[in-house]
Amino acid sequence: MKLKTILMGTAVAGFGSVATAQEMANDMTLVSWGGAYQSSQQKAYAEPYMEMNPDVSITWDESSPEAVAKLRAMNEAGNVTWDLVDVVAADAIRLCDEGLAMEIDADEILAEGDDGSSAEDDFGDLLVSDCFIPQIVYSITAAYRPDRLPEGAPAPDSICALFDTETYPGKRALEQRPINNVEWALLCDGVAKDDIYDVLETEEGQDRAFAKLDTIKDDVIWWSAAAEPPQLLADGEIVMGSSYNGRWFSAIEEQDQPFEMLWDAQVFDLDGWIIPAGLPDDRLARVLDFVNFATDTQRLADQAAYISYGPARQSSAPLVGDHAELGIPMGPHMPTAPENSKNVFVYNYSWWADYRDDLDSKFQAWLAQ
Amino acid sequence: MTDATADASLEEPIFDRGAPPIWSFTVPMTALFGAFFGFLVGNANGAPIPGVLGGAVYGAIVAIVAMTMLHDSRTAFRWGLIVLTAIAGFIFGSWGAALAGGIIGAVVSWWVYWIGRGDYRAGVPIYSTTGQTLWHNTYLFICGLIFFFLIAPIITIIPLSFNAQNYFTFTPEMLSLSPEGYSVKHYNDFFTNSDWQSAMWNSLKIAPMATILAVGFGTLAAIGLSQPHVPFRRAIMAVLISPMIVPLIISAAGMYFFYSRVNLQGTYLGVVLAHAALGIPFVIITVTATLVGFDRSLTRAAANLGADPVTTFARIQMPLILPGVISGGLFAFITSFDEVVVVLFVGSAQQKTLPWQMFIGLREQISPTILAVATILVAISIALLTTVELLRRRSERLRGLTPG
Repeated sequence: MKLKTILMGTAVAGFGSVATAQEMANDMTLVSWGGAYQSSQQKAYAEPYMEMNPDVSITWDESSPEAVAKLRAMNEAGNVTWDLVDVVAADAIRLCDEGLAMEIDADEILAEGDDGSSAEDDFGDLLVSDCFIPQIVYSITAAYRPDRLPEGAPAPDSICALFDTETYPGKRALEQRPINNVEWALLCDGVAKDDIYDVLETEEGQDRAFAKLDTIKDDVIWWSAAAEPPQLLADGEIVMGSSYNGRWFSAIEEQDQPFEMLWDAQVFDLDGWIIPAGLPDDRLARVLDFVNFATDTQRLADQAAYISYGPARQSSAPLVGDHAELGIPMGPHMPTAPENSKNVFVYNYSWWADYRDDLDSKFQAWLAQ
Repeated sequence: MTDATADASLEEPIFDRGAPPIWSFTVPMTALFGAFFGFLVGNANGAPIPGVLGGAVYGAIVAIVAMTMLHDSRTAFRWGLIVLTAIAGFIFGSWGAALAGGIIGAVVSWWVYWIGRGDYRAGVPIYSTTGQTLWHNTYLFICGLIFFFLIAPIITIIPLSFNAQNYFTFTPEMLSLSPEGYSVKHYNDFFTNSDWQSAMWNSLKIAPMATILAVGFGTLAAIGLSQPHVPFRRAIMAVLISPMIVPLIISAAGMYFFYSRVNLQGTYLGVVLAHAALGIPFVIITVTATLVGFDRSLTRAAANLGADPVTTFARIQMPLILPGVISGGLFAFITSFDEVVVVLFVGSAQQKTLPWQMFIGLREQISPTILAVATILVAISIALLTTVELLRRRSERLRGLTPG
């Protein structure tokens, strides 16, 4: 373990100085999202790591929502205080492009899979950026209140229920950004799943998506924090809404809320670590040691015992067990479970990287109309 | 209204208007008032129109019974109505509805005598016109409304913090006042969760230190700046007070870049210094205000009796301006204790304070633990403000006793 760390430290740091175990810094600041997600990381990664390395102390900073802005400011002030930052894939791509995140070689710094596959193969397509170390697959998906549906209305089985205000009257909660919403709008306007990004590229296609959203605009409550939709649904303010599947899981299974998931056309997204660029050698050595441990097959599978997000390694899937407190099997609650992923929408990172600014401003203008 | 004066006999005072007419004034007014509560109750149960009608009938019956049969037994009637309405509420709903019924009974029975006996004219001179009376009561109503809007959001969080669920919702169990709807688990969470505890200790380590620095520097600055011979007094004062005037976000961003250069960013000392800078203006202002009432001849008298300046300050000046110093210190303490913008910039995760933790909690998981913390902070704030008020009274009393 130590020898491996030494090799990795030198290979990646590439400054010729030998980072040894003695030179590893003992304080680490990890940045994450807070809430149930961060506590799953604490339990699955940080606590076992600190057990193995009693000298290490880990501080958590719940700044992931503004990680991009803060890293820019830190970089300008010449004072990067973070060691490892949890971001969504899209943010990792931006940070990588701006040179704020360190480029990594997955095979060199990440552990091999338990089944012997190389890290590169084990993570596969999920390595969407040179700086990105994937942890989980999550999805943005819809949920509804069966007891709030009008009498005689069938239980919704399609994402288009969001747009069907006649059968399912009432407010809906959608995230206040174009991503997901425009895709769902086109999908429910009759565009085939494979053609959506082609259609969205054109001016008419974008107008078509906003025209579809227009039909429900008066019935939408826009959310910006993923904790809002479960709160609104519990209050009975909305009949259905979109949020992260882990939030719905927590509301349904841990808080006993009478919600049902609507997995249709769930949008997969990724979350993972990036290492800020330009860390001093001793801190970098410690972070690399931690990342190697925290993203191995067993640790990623362990995390699934605390939250219903799918591990990013293929080799972790067979190891996913039961919920740590409720004891229910977690497999069926994963967005990647076969019965949940009958109809999955895969979010196109590179497309959004090109069109995001444009569509964001269009969306804001449309909201203000 | 005015026809009541027509049959007043000559022995009675000429301006006594007597009670307002029952049928053309008291009964409709009370019915209207009842209809308002009926609307609230009906709306909560999904039937606003029947609620309005029921409320109007309730108000009218109350007015007729109170004015024609029980005009002089106000207390008995009020208690009777409270109990009756509460029982009706209990039959209709449960303990929650009984409580609501009791409140409605109390308010409506107060209203019927207030209207029916002409008490609403008590605050205005006897010769005022209908318009003046109406305005006087509208004015009182607006004042009440302002208080309500200021205080209602703060009051609402207190019962919600005892919610048994993890949501900011008045559950049906809470509304029916059943014990299952309430729990202290969010308070438990606050006192056992290591995140909240470390945030609380950080706040308790940062705020007093920042307060001590702010009080020390602020008091010295105020005393210095009150000496007439100090040059550029106004300019210095303006600079010292600027943290209070400049938008916080600008101070925070500026401090962030400056403190990063001098290696104070992300340190305990950095946060303390930043908070002290924010607290100093409050101390300067309160101490300067107290110094206005300070009699300078006392220092000269002390010097005349052989005291050196330090002794004079400690024995004569300080005790007299102490109330100003303490209230300035309390403001500095609350500023640091409540502050979230500057600490987000200047602090790092090791200096996570209570408001910072609340900010995270509100964004990431809308957990009622925040409400429990807020309730505790409200209690602390009330205690601190009470202290300030008591000190102010003491200082007033002292000043009253000071000769000259």
